[in-house]
Amino acid sequence: MSEQDVRAQVPAADESARVEDEARTGARRGVLHGATGRNLGLVIALVLLCAVGVATAGDRFVSTSNILTILRLAAVIGVLSIGMTFVITGGGIDLSVGSVLGLASVWASTVATQTMAKDTHWVVMVGCALLVGVAAGLVNGVLIAYGKVVAFIATLAMMVSARGLAEIIANRQTQVVSVQGFLDFFRADVLGVPMLVWIFAVVAVAGWVVLNRTTFGRRTIAVGGNPEAARLAGIDVRRHTMYLYALAGLTAGIGAVMMLGRTTAGSSTNGMYYELDAIAAVVVGGTLLSGGRGTIVGTVLGVLIFSTLTNVFTQNNLSISAQAVAKGVIIVAAVLLQQRIAERSRAGT
Amino acid sequence: MVDEDPTAAGVLLTMRGIVKQFPGARALDGVDLEIRAGEVHCLLGQNGAGKSTLIKVLAGAHQPDEGEILLDGAPVRIGGPVQALRLGVATMYQELDVVDGLSVAENVFLGHELASGGFSQRRAATARTRSLLARLGHADLSPHREVGRLSAAGKQVVSMARALSHDARVIVMDEPSAVLDAEEVANLFRVVRDLTAQGVAVVYISHRLEEIRQIGDRITVLKDGRTVASGLPVATTSTDELIRLMTGRSVEYAIPRRPPVADDAATVLHVEGLALRGAFEGVSFDVRAGEVVGLAGLVGSGRSEILETVFGARRASAGTVSVDGTELRAGSVGAAVRAGIGLCPEERKSQGLLLDEPVYRNITLSTFARTATAGFLDEPAERRVADEQVQALDVRPADPGRAARTLSGGNQQKVLLARWLVHGCRVLLLDEPTRGVDVGARAEIYALVARLAASGVAVVVVSSEIEEVLGLADRVLVVSEGRVVHEGPASQIDEHRVLDLVMEGSAA
Repeated sequence: MSEQDVRAQVPAADESARVEDEARTGARRGVLHGATGRNLGLVIALVLLCAVGVATAGDRFVSTSNILTILRLAAVIGVLSIGMTFVITGGGIDLSVGSVLGLASVWASTVATQTMAKDTHWVVMVGCALLVGVAAGLVNGVLIAYGKVVAFIATLAMMVSARGLAEIIANRQTQVVSVQGFLDFFRADVLGVPMLVWIFAVVAVAGWVVLNRTTFGRRTIAVGGNPEAARLAGIDVRRHTMYLYALAGLTAGIGAVMMLGRTTAGSSTNGMYYELDAIAAVVVGGTLLSGGRGTIVGTVLGVLIFSTLTNVFTQNNLSISAQAVAKGVIIVAAVLLQQRIAERSRAGT
Repeated sequence: MVDEDPTAAGVLLTMRGIVKQFPGARALDGVDLEIRAGEVHCLLGQNGAGKSTLIKVLAGAHQPDEGEILLDGAPVRIGGPVQALRLGVATMYQELDVVDGLSVAENVFLGHELASGGFSQRRAATARTRSLLARLGHADLSPHREVGRLSAAGKQVVSMARALSHDARVIVMDEPSAVLDAEEVANLFRVVRDLTAQGVAVVYISHRLEEIRQIGDRITVLKDGRTVASGLPVATTSTDELIRLMTGRSVEYAIPRRPPVADDAATVLHVEGLALRGAFEGVSFDVRAGEVVGLAGLVGSGRSEILETVFGARRASAGTVSVDGTELRAGSVGAAVRAGIGLCPEERKSQGLLLDEPVYRNITLSTFARTATAGFLDEPAERRVADEQVQALDVRPADPGRAARTLSGGNQQKVLLARWLVHGCRVLLLDEPTRGVDVGARAEIYALVARLAASGVAVVVVSSEIEEVLGLADRVLVVSEGRVVHEGPASQIDEHRVLDLVMEGSAA
């Protein structure tokens, strides 16, 4: 063997060792740092919460009715959170979804709408709520995408004015829903599971498919990850941004319908502060607040964690104030964890 | 391989056997470096060779896992950036680390503000800044100017003044010329010579071998985190030798010759009276199928803006762009892309790539909708298409699932080219296609451009390196102060003539 060959072999062996080393750390990183790893962390957190629930409340916590209560509690904010996941992944934020939900619930339960629904079909109420939601979302989207208003400000304005408009329409009264077909449908159980939970499940699955399997989802990630690169690749960033807010508005409309079903009344106070719960669930779930990476599974887990937490606290007769403190701690802990993961995955480059 | 020159009395700083391990990668694997007072020591190596990590070790931003650093013969530990500066080692990073919202003087004394009893001594800072700027040949720059309003070259001067304000004995410059045009580079070199004459050592990193020839004294070559040669005298080391050391193989640092464009080749891109207020006006040119047209000019002459306006990324204030005779809607990137125009932008990372997304999704960024059915993505098809490109363009590492962030500059550029190859474009606009690209990948990109032209694509190239424009292009447009001052065959003009034209243009 010539000297050349020997020399060639040494770095080759070295190289393969390095590759192996990299593969090993890569595999480790795959488990701990990948999307699965993050979701695993959330599942563990959820399991721990449940363990606390079982330990402190026992059978009261584990009962079927209590679990369905947790899910029913999670459903409305869950639907909003799916829309919010898209907006945040696309590099934006929507502070108005809670107010838009309130407005849509009021608009869909006015005497005029309910009369029309009784004359024709209860679906009119659903259509009304969805239309109001999408319209409000479109106004947000046009202002942000074409008017170049910062998302935070545009949706803050919508948050305030949608609530105000809801108060004007409802005249600060609670509007009781008397369309029986509507109530029958949304208060029904299917296979022992409440309709609201089914709706949440359908929206979540649809959201997952759209984000991960469609061109719309890919555009969302591109627009949020690097809007300039997306634009120069030929993606219509402004139009897509508008669609994202319309989508968030649509989920607010769906949330309004669910709210009407649950509380049997439209009120301008419906959905108060829901936007904050939705943002918290999305961020805790692992979606990057700066955009470009989103996870529907994470969001669903985030929503479940918060509603389980609320349930555990309620079961133990702890105050709402104590709940709020615990929520805050969870949000900060999750974000700190996210940052550490992001730093570590970048250190190697 | 460190040269044990007994006469090296002026050795200022020595690094021996430096090892730096990152999770999953050994960035430095035994690096030796010896810097003498008053020399310009060039650090050469391909992207990923470990240059950036090495200078971060010098700057105290990274702690080495093994090895020692000697200053004036005594071992030192550079525990952090502050300590590095105290020892007299200042670093000018490639991404200029200036704060846009602060003034020039505030930036120069950032982190070591002149103060007494907690009150900043603004007058003293201004005076010292003024004298530092004068020393750098920029007495015209006001210390009160807001840094965000300065050009890249201006920011670099500020960064250099900051280095000097620390009384640095070693100044590390990471690709200082990347953002400069020829005139500014000349000024930079004057400053560097001035510094070395005062006994300051400069560690100079650049991809441009011509520059190293002009300014360097000695060269250290890094490859795969190791020193493969150190202390090579610039004057007596051939370019071939340097390329061989850097790449470990011999690459012809040459642009392939192409046959002339066929006389009957159809005009693909037609630009007529294009203008962008405040940037350029009256720009008209045609590009035929298979032709490469180069835009030469200084930074700020309007050449990048011309490309971006042709692409619709900026809305033209006048004029039209047509592809195959069909006029495009102004200011619409979508229309340009649909008509078959592709742009590889100047800033790959901020304008071109989704850094955290895998390579294959970056390649299919403008075509994923085409392989989709009813809005549903066909990821296997995307991976297939991307994999073909990764193989064809020899993207390394050849893993389409890897995040784009982890690729070197040259390979990131290949990913962008692959995007437009998949798209099947008729017109390709390349803005600084080889900036920050190492020599080996450069040759591959030149070959690729030649191949694209041969297949009938109309190409427009913008580059700060005039030689590159002249070598690649069939026809050259010289741009100065937003106007085309010359148009003609690339073979009938040389670098000096281009510079003359540019100067005349800006004098007019």
